[in-house]
Amino acid sequence: MNNDVFRKNKDAAFYFLLGAIGLVALAGLGAAFYMEHYGHVVTGMTNQIVWGLPHVFALFLIVAASGVLNMASIGSVFGKPVYKARAALSGLLAIAMLAGGLMVLMLDLGRSDRLIIAMTYLNLKSVFALNVFLYTIFFSVVVLYLWTMMDRKMHGYSRYVGFAAFIWRLLLTTGTGAIFGFLVARQAYGSALLPPMFIIMSFSFGLAVFMIVQAVMYRWNDRVLDEEILRRLKNLLAVFVAAVLYFTAVYHMTNLYFAKQTDFERFILLDGGIYTTLFWVGQVLIGSVLPLFLLFTAKKSSTVVVASLLVILGGFFQLYVFLIGGQAFPLNLFPGMEQSSSFFDGVIHSYSPSLPEFLLGMGGIAVAALITAIVAKVLNFMPDDTPHPASH
Amino acid sequence: MINPAKRRSVLGWLAASLLALLLAGAMPATAQDGQGGHKLIAKGDKCVRDVDFMRRNHMNILKHQRVETMRKGVRGSQDSLKNCIECHVNPATNSVASSKEDFCMGCHSYAAVKVDCFECHSSKPKASIVGTHPIIAPGQQSEGKDKQSGLSGKIPRQMQAKLASLNMGEGVK
Amino acid sequence: MSNDVDNSRRKFIAAGVAGTAGLVLAPGVTLLDMAHARPAGEAASSAKRWGLLIDSTKCATGCNDCVTACGKENGVASTGHPETDPQWIRKIELKEIKSGRSHSLPMMCQHCAEPPCVDVCPTGASFKRADGIVLVDRHICIGCRYCMMACPYKARSFVHEEHEDQNPDVPRGKGCVEACTLCVHRIDKDQQPACVEACSAGNHGAMLFGDLNDSNSEISKRIATFATTQVRPDLALNTGVRYQGI
Repeated sequence: MNNDVFRKNKDAAFYFLLGAIGLVALAGLGAAFYMEHYGHVVTGMTNQIVWGLPHVFALFLIVAASGVLNMASIGSVFGKPVYKARAALSGLLAIAMLAGGLMVLMLDLGRSDRLIIAMTYLNLKSVFALNVFLYTIFFSVVVLYLWTMMDRKMHGYSRYVGFAAFIWRLLLTTGTGAIFGFLVARQAYGSALLPPMFIIMSFSFGLAVFMIVQAVMYRWNDRVLDEEILRRLKNLLAVFVAAVLYFTAVYHMTNLYFAKQTDFERFILLDGGIYTTLFWVGQVLIGSVLPLFLLFTAKKSSTVVVASLLVILGGFFQLYVFLIGGQAFPLNLFPGMEQSSSFFDGVIHSYSPSLPEFLLGMGGIAVAALITAIVAKVLNFMPDDTPHPASH
Repeated sequence: MINPAKRRSVLGWLAASLLALLLAGAMPATAQDGQGGHKLIAKGDKCVRDVDFMRRNHMNILKHQRVETMRKGVRGSQDSLKNCIECHVNPATNSVASSKEDFCMGCHSYAAVKVDCFECHSSKPKASIVGTHPIIAPGQQSEGKDKQSGLSGKIPRQMQAKLASLNMGEGVK
Repeated sequence: MSNDVDNSRRKFIAAGVAGTAGLVLAPGVTLLDMAHARPAGEAASSAKRWGLLIDSTKCATGCNDCVTACGKENGVASTGHPETDPQWIRKIELKEIKSGRSHSLPMMCQHCAEPPCVDVCPTGASFKRADGIVLVDRHICIGCRYCMMACPYKARSFVHEEHEDQNPDVPRGKGCVEACTLCVHRIDKDQQPACVEACSAGNHGAMLFGDLNDSNSEISKRIATFATTQVRPDLALNTGVRYQGI
């Protein structure tokens, strides 16, 4: 049974895969050590661009982690067998990606050695501190959920724990969105739209990640995904991608109607250089329009995989524009006045990500992949559709 | 390939050395003077508490005082880190933590306990503070004020007196 | 989590000590002293709220006295990496877009009564002292920089590199966030912030330091007489630093 996912005759390939991912994870840890040793001066982050590329990776992993659990939620909460068959895998991915994302976040801290302080000194007014609870309880609930799915004696509780996990994952993404939603200072943030927008982003990114992992697992085991199931999943992904696009449009339209926000919108949408390009070409074209086209016309599973990859790529672009672009636009301390100082007031802040930052981010993805690969090797996480024909 | 028996013995060694490390860490007070441990560098005639008490509890006193000073603005206490540094500075390095010979590092490197104070705090005394030193008697205080750098000359004498009276270990060589 | 160790006991002892001192010393002398400095051993109280009033009409473009004094007092120096160098106080040159009227002013931590940095800090390292000074407790700062995201004044800096030779009164180091402390170590000794001292030493008179809670203090009288503004008043943060002539 333990070789359902990665079969014996592919053992060598599996260990090679594990080694390759392990190397990336090691490089990430090395990068973190390097940053810790020399200080953040060796990164591209500055006193202007406070959060950089590591945070883009961490945000993606955390947002996608809660979203990937959606498969399980649809199965348990809404009782759809096709999704139920994928619940275990989605739970595993949720834990793995959250772990990877949090690792990046923790290792980027100025004082990562004070992890214990981060967990024992809590200012409950802070969204960050609330997130500590949201994350730890999420881990516990999902582990419990996996237990109810994998232990026959616990099956009866699966539905209830699944429901709790569904509620909690909504709270978790609300918390992630609120990190920015509650920021009064910067023009890009401070909007009640952000938590729901992050939730819909999590649906989209999470499902895209799930599609790819599922495709890899089917391929590895020389199995073919039922066409009807593929059709359902790809249509669902298309709906999510369209919904993200909708939220993005509402976000920018709201800003465009507020005179005080038009400068910022002009920066992102028109003359922000790299951010404008990343927005229109990266997020809108590559991350939304193209995958939508592919998903609606796709007949083959490989097309869906390509579309999913594009959604993930677009997600990174979107978070980059949101996070870095949002900080690159200077704070407006004195509306109606031109401002200049030795501290970069009144100018667009520049940011060039450094290699250590990128490696740390990739390290987070690698850790998520490592957890997924090892656990999937030891336990049975292969979606099994035999008792549930797709006609349900 | 390592055979299981060999692996077990390696693991045993690892566990034993780990246990030894833990025990050593749990009993810093057993680090006796002269074992490469703490060398006394001090002025004035006694510490703010018993030496034995300080060895075990200095971190708690410092932590308590840091809250007082940082959060409430209570300054000038004899328990402040600045005051510790003032007395325990090594005249050779003008620091408490720049080398293993210095007061803080003498013990901390022996016990392998990381000190996190001097990432931010200066390990050197502030020259001007000598004048308001709570331990030094008024007569000594004026002596300190007369000299611009109150650290040279005066300290070794005080230290010798202290070492003689307390008969503590080897002292500064 | 609680830092109020034995608060009541300490207050009792402090009161006792103060009482005894009053009996021993000549009463007149004691009272005079108490009216000025907070005695050593007594905690900062919310009876005071320290603040600054900055008159930008007296602040000359190109004058950097306050910035220099701050750097010297607090050991904040350039390391040759302007984008990562901390700045506790900076001069901002302003030009009204419509009229072209230009002026200059120093910008630093505004010591808000409702500081966003304190709200967002996950560990409680960002805090507001009883007398209104907003500080970072570097003992429990984990360097997450959320406060820097939250501050509307760009008042906070992250220490990107290792530092040596700190002023013993002003600890600061790599990996933590820092900002203007209003020279809290000087205030506790009944002195003025270094920037204010330098401004008056240079006969500019653009900065005034004082107790906003005391209606008889010069700063309160000036605020009661002249039109003063807070920066970003729309955020209603009730800043401790006020400006004249913006």
